Amino acid sequence: MATNDDGIAGAKSSLSLVTNVSVVLLVILWLVPTVGLLVSSFRDRDAISNSGWWNAPFATEQNFAVGTEGDFSRGPDGWVLTGNVFGDTGSGTITAFGGQRADPTAFEPGTTGELVRGRTLAMEANGDFRYVDPGDEAPGRNPSIYFATSVPPTFSTDNYETILYSNGMDTAFINTLTVTIPATIIPILIGAFAAYALAWMDFPFRGTIIAIVVGLLVVPLQLALVPMLTFHNQIGIGQSFYGIWFAHTGFGLPLAIYLLRNYMVGLPRDIIESAKVDGATDFQVFTKIVLPLSFPALASFAIFQFLWTWNDLLVAKVFLPSNSDSWVMTVKIADDLLGSRGGDWGILAAAAFVSIAVPLIVFFTMQRYLVRGLLAGSVK
Amino acid sequence: MSPLLQGILTVIIGVGGCIGYFWTSNYVLDKVLFPARGPDAGRNINRANAIRPWLFLFPALAALTLYLVYPVFGSFYRSLFNRSGDEFVALGNYTALMADSEFRTALFNNFLWVLFVPAAATFLGLLVAQLTDRLSWGNIAKSIIFMPMAISFVGASLIWKFVYAVDPEIGIIHALRDTVGMSPIDPLQVGFWNNFFLMVILVWIQTGFAMVILSAALRGIPEETIEAAIIDGASPIQIFFRIKIPQIVGTIVVVWTTITILVLKVFDIVYTMTGGNFGTQILPSYMMEYMFRDDGRATAVAFVIMIIVLPVMTWNIVQARKEVR
Repeated sequence: MATNDDGIAGAKSSLSLVTNVSVVLLVILWLVPTVGLLVSSFRDRDAISNSGWWNAPFATEQNFAVGTEGDFSRGPDGWVLTGNVFGDTGSGTITAFGGQRADPTAFEPGTTGELVRGRTLAMEANGDFRYVDPGDEAPGRNPSIYFATSVPPTFSTDNYETILYSNGMDTAFINTLTVTIPATIIPILIGAFAAYALAWMDFPFRGTIIAIVVGLLVVPLQLALVPMLTFHNQIGIGQSFYGIWFAHTGFGLPLAIYLLRNYMVGLPRDIIESAKVDGATDFQVFTKIVLPLSFPALASFAIFQFLWTWNDLLVAKVFLPSNSDSWVMTVKIADDLLGSRGGDWGILAAAAFVSIAVPLIVFFTMQRYLVRGLLAGSVK
Repeated sequence: MSPLLQGILTVIIGVGGCIGYFWTSNYVLDKVLFPARGPDAGRNINRANAIRPWLFLFPALAALTLYLVYPVFGSFYRSLFNRSGDEFVALGNYTALMADSEFRTALFNNFLWVLFVPAAATFLGLLVAQLTDRLSWGNIAKSIIFMPMAISFVGASLIWKFVYAVDPEIGIIHALRDTVGMSPIDPLQVGFWNNFFLMVILVWIQTGFAMVILSAALRGIPEETIEAAIIDGASPIQIFFRIKIPQIVGTIVVVWTTITILVLKVFDIVYTMTGGNFGTQILPSYMMEYMFRDDGRATAVAFVIMIIVLPVMTWNIVQARKEVR
């Protein structure tokens, strides 16, 4: 193990073993819930109700009932019906069989089981059965027989197809995208100009404005819900995409200004001053020098705002119309699927994965910027 | 018009409008109002430079004032009126809240959330940050623990609904209980403790945040202090508690308060998992019960949340003022 090889902090191999084991345990603890959901989303309803997702890679024992086909023929001991439970094409291994719904796994394969009224049922492990009815008249209808066999694990994308094509999740996905894109891009622009002014321009009340922005970072946005919805109704946009774009822009601005200002203040003073000496205006300094140099900070705010707007439920519930055409995915899951599909775990899991797939991709490809943004915002 | 098209159009109009505003206002200022020519050139440049910051700030300040400053007062004002908003009831909504046992439950539960979630997330984050610090595969471990940050609260709630499911074929907790012969119980209906089962979800999400920041803080500790401690014969445990922790205590406070603020905003988990039933109500979800039904009551709850946040806000502003000076 490559730990502690620099010999700085107490290099004890027992400690390093404990460290490794505890980190492995923590990682497993953190992964298990998500993995469970991912696995479940690829299993059909029967598989989910028959075995836990942790058994999904293994074959499961399942009970089946088949209605027999064919005609009885008269034999020496009564009316006889023979056949194979797997039909002509299928195959499998019987682990138990029975003649009654109440006890479908009464007998071992290779034995003959006694049924009611002297009837007998024999079955081999390969599925060949022989049903005998000692009665005088041919049985009026064919009996059902029961058996258990192990079923290989199956995975399918049926849940995803159901959720996307027949449940309106596709509309919700588009709606989420529609909310997210403008609500991410517009605050960046407005915030960047303000951040530049607060970082590199000199004017009265600058310190006060910075302090106010920092204070606004923590204002609970619950406060804004009622007054702003009333305001939107008054100016005529009501509950609409415009409303939610404005709202997300307003709510995202304090973080945008704070993050970008912190980053811009750290840019080398020489570059900016020499540009000004060469006759560049503030506008040119901002667009030609500061903006390109601030790309990492812009990217990290963009990721924050994207994740926040994509994952938001509260703002969407309040500022978007409540009809199903304008549901975003979070609303769709929380208000619709959890109610109407409450017990359908496969569908729920697939819906959840559709909604978290995009943020996860963004997260794993842009993690570097996200971390940098977090640090710029918190560590001095 | 499809919403997506409308969205793309908004991006174009919005971005174009912003750029247009900044460019045009700047142009007007420099070329029309105060041109840097003629007899007053010097004075004009100074005047233009005095006005320019406000041009840059105007859209941001307008949006902030409208969406964050005004609502603080607007909400308080609205909370002084009755349900339909036409009758002044003074603090009637607040006294009604105090008399409502569900509100008291929500307040108490929120108190539990504010105590437990930041503490647990910060502690676990610090633990993971320290454990993974010198691990060869530490970055992979960190990435995995950080991952829930990308998942929505609704998605996370669904994920944990699976974990908590009472059916032993679905919920892994019950599967484990089942194998040792314990009877299934619904964790979400166990009085008092169900709050903590909900908090676990937020801790699961926020530990990664605490870990990332504290891990960077740990890396920032000067090596000499640790080397000196080793030479003096300090054990790793002593180094951690006596040398490292005191040096990152400022960052720990920042992480702690950031998560505290977040806790006061999150209504999604309770809303999705229990809908506030079984004694799990918290203030944000309690507010949503009244949203659209009784705006007076809803704004009163929002203002109570604001009052709880106020100390943190003041502290933040004081810190910011210190830095800017």
